[in-house]
Amino acid sequence: MTVINSMPPAFIYILGALILPVVRIRRVQQALALLIPVIAMVSLLQLQPGIYWTGKFLGYDLVFGRVDKLSLLFAYVFVIISFIGMVYAIHIRETGQHVAAYLYVGSTLGVVFAGDLFSLFVFWEIMAASSVFLIWYNKTKTSLDAGFRYAMVHLLGGAILLAGIVMQTATTGSIAFNPFDLHTTAAKFILVGFLINAAVPPLHAWLPDAYPEGTITGSVFMTAFTTKSAVYVLARSFAGTEMLVWLGAIMALYGVFYAVLEKDIRRLLAYHIVSQVGYMVCGVGLGTEMAINGATAHAFCHILYKAVLFMGMGAIIHVTGRRNIFDLKGRNLYRKMPITLILYMVGAFSISAVPLFNGFISKTMVVAAAGYDHRPVIELLLHLASVGTFLSVGLKLPWGAWFGKPTGQEDDIPEAKEPPINMLLAMGIGSFLCILTGIYPKLLYDLLPHPVHFHPYTPSHVVASLQLLILTLAGFWLYLDKLMAGKPAITLDTDWFYRQFGRAVLLFCLYPLNRFRLLIQLAFAEKTKTVCRLSKNPYILLEMIWASLQGKNAVLETLLQRAYNENAYRIPIGIGVCASLIFLFLYALVYMRVAG
Amino acid sequence: MIIKLRYALWISIASTFILGFFFPNQHPHFWWQKLPVFDVFFGFFGCILIIVFAKWVGHNWLMKDRDYYDRN
Repeated sequence: MTVINSMPPAFIYILGALILPVVRIRRVQQALALLIPVIAMVSLLQLQPGIYWTGKFLGYDLVFGRVDKLSLLFAYVFVIISFIGMVYAIHIRETGQHVAAYLYVGSTLGVVFAGDLFSLFVFWEIMAASSVFLIWYNKTKTSLDAGFRYAMVHLLGGAILLAGIVMQTATTGSIAFNPFDLHTTAAKFILVGFLINAAVPPLHAWLPDAYPEGTITGSVFMTAFTTKSAVYVLARSFAGTEMLVWLGAIMALYGVFYAVLEKDIRRLLAYHIVSQVGYMVCGVGLGTEMAINGATAHAFCHILYKAVLFMGMGAIIHVTGRRNIFDLKGRNLYRKMPITLILYMVGAFSISAVPLFNGFISKTMVVAAAGYDHRPVIELLLHLASVGTFLSVGLKLPWGAWFGKPTGQEDDIPEAKEPPINMLLAMGIGSFLCILTGIYPKLLYDLLPHPVHFHPYTPSHVVASLQLLILTLAGFWLYLDKLMAGKPAITLDTDWFYRQFGRAVLLFCLYPLNRFRLLIQLAFAEKTKTVCRLSKNPYILLEMIWASLQGKNAVLETLLQRAYNENAYRIPIGIGVCASLIFLFLYALVYMRVAG
Repeated sequence: MIIKLRYALWISIASTFILGFFFPNQHPHFWWQKLPVFDVFFGFFGCILIIVFAKWVGHNWLMKDRDYYDRN
């Protein structure tokens, strides 16, 4: 093992994230930020399947490096995308954003290589805690709020996961992270924890809520890691779970459905993350070798093309400051940002599974796996989701953002131009990889966990795909006006429940709880006031006792209103002198008696 | 321009329709995969179904004004 391999890839990023803010020279800092993924990649390429970096904690075995084909595949693509994301973000001067991004990447790699539940949980939490800063760095009220909701959901998810882990450890005595038996309560808790991160409806609303509110560059990182690491842990421990087949298929359509309604360019893409992760969850649920291959291959491809899509839309927001189709359509942006458009379309064709682009080689594998498993309904649902994907990401979004029918009312966005060169370069690298794996699938297929017996480029596959895509285009053309119509609006999703719950809690605090507090406070304030006034003239208390002994009725309030006059209580000085003389006399008497 | 695009679309629809007969699915799992032009109809009607259904549910139920969550 070399020097690089002496530490897990996760720690390369975490260490890098800690060194970055110390480097004050900007060029060196940029170079270091780009070097970290390269070092991690070199480290990964030297890793052979096996168990590395083990330790002991409270008598349990920690494993920081469970390396096999499944974990390596996810690690490769995570490192690749962290490099692309950093190229895209390299112009950012706020080092904190880079630190958050690399802590996020590092912790995700930690999750991928974790062989035990303790280290899995720790990295899981760092993942949530670091990624929320990528939202908060946007520094608007909406992103602050969205970040808080994101953090709350993930804290809840983490707590549920922890509960599951504790139960699992208590019942089995082992913290090994292996396939679970879903009949146990512990496994159910762990599954829910995983499903929240995989954004499976109805636990998905954090994703379309938070991702569009992140910084332009931070959202690119976010699209890759949280959901796909959840797919990884599901594939690792819940492969073949029947429930996931249905959840995945419904999820694929759910995202598509919402994307039709959505006009915010990044939120539309966020709903398509939900949709695409649906294919992976479904593949994991099917659990056959082909389906697992399909799910992992699709995760790999999805990370690449979704980053390209988010980078494209991020570029538009970066140069125009506009994020809604209503503010972009009809402005002929394609004349001013043609390169961005072309690179975006590579991503769009990839997600739509157009032949020669990488989505085609992975998505068709998941759909075919459903066919091989004789599940007609699932196959049709996934097939329908493909139609919706091309409709929204491949047609509606580029049409709305770059083209659209001009009505003459619009301004032409004078500030629009191609984004900075590093952004284009990052999109270029991503697009290149999308096409490369699309044209030469063997590159990816050799990395998959099981041997691949699937050939995407058969003539019938290609023709069927073309039929589907071209007729989707026809349907889009026919319903173009209906699809683009409407006014700026928000679409209710399951976040309604916790948003309303949050509001109910707020209202409860504001009115009933606050009134109760006021009531108690007022009562105590009255008493305290009386005690305060009494302390200025405590003799009143004696007077009251004296009066009650005499059978008179004395009211405290009237007594308190009387001004304090110290002379009223002063004893004539003669009495003091007389008392001391008497005392002296008695003393002398006793003394003489004793002495005599 | 639009007319040309429309022709191009018609030609591509026709050509994929015909190609479907030349390259039938070799390993059909379900009866509809044996139909050479199934995806032509599935793509078209699926697309319309998604748009119409989503818009209908959206307008009647899910879509609200932008300040929905900020209102007291």
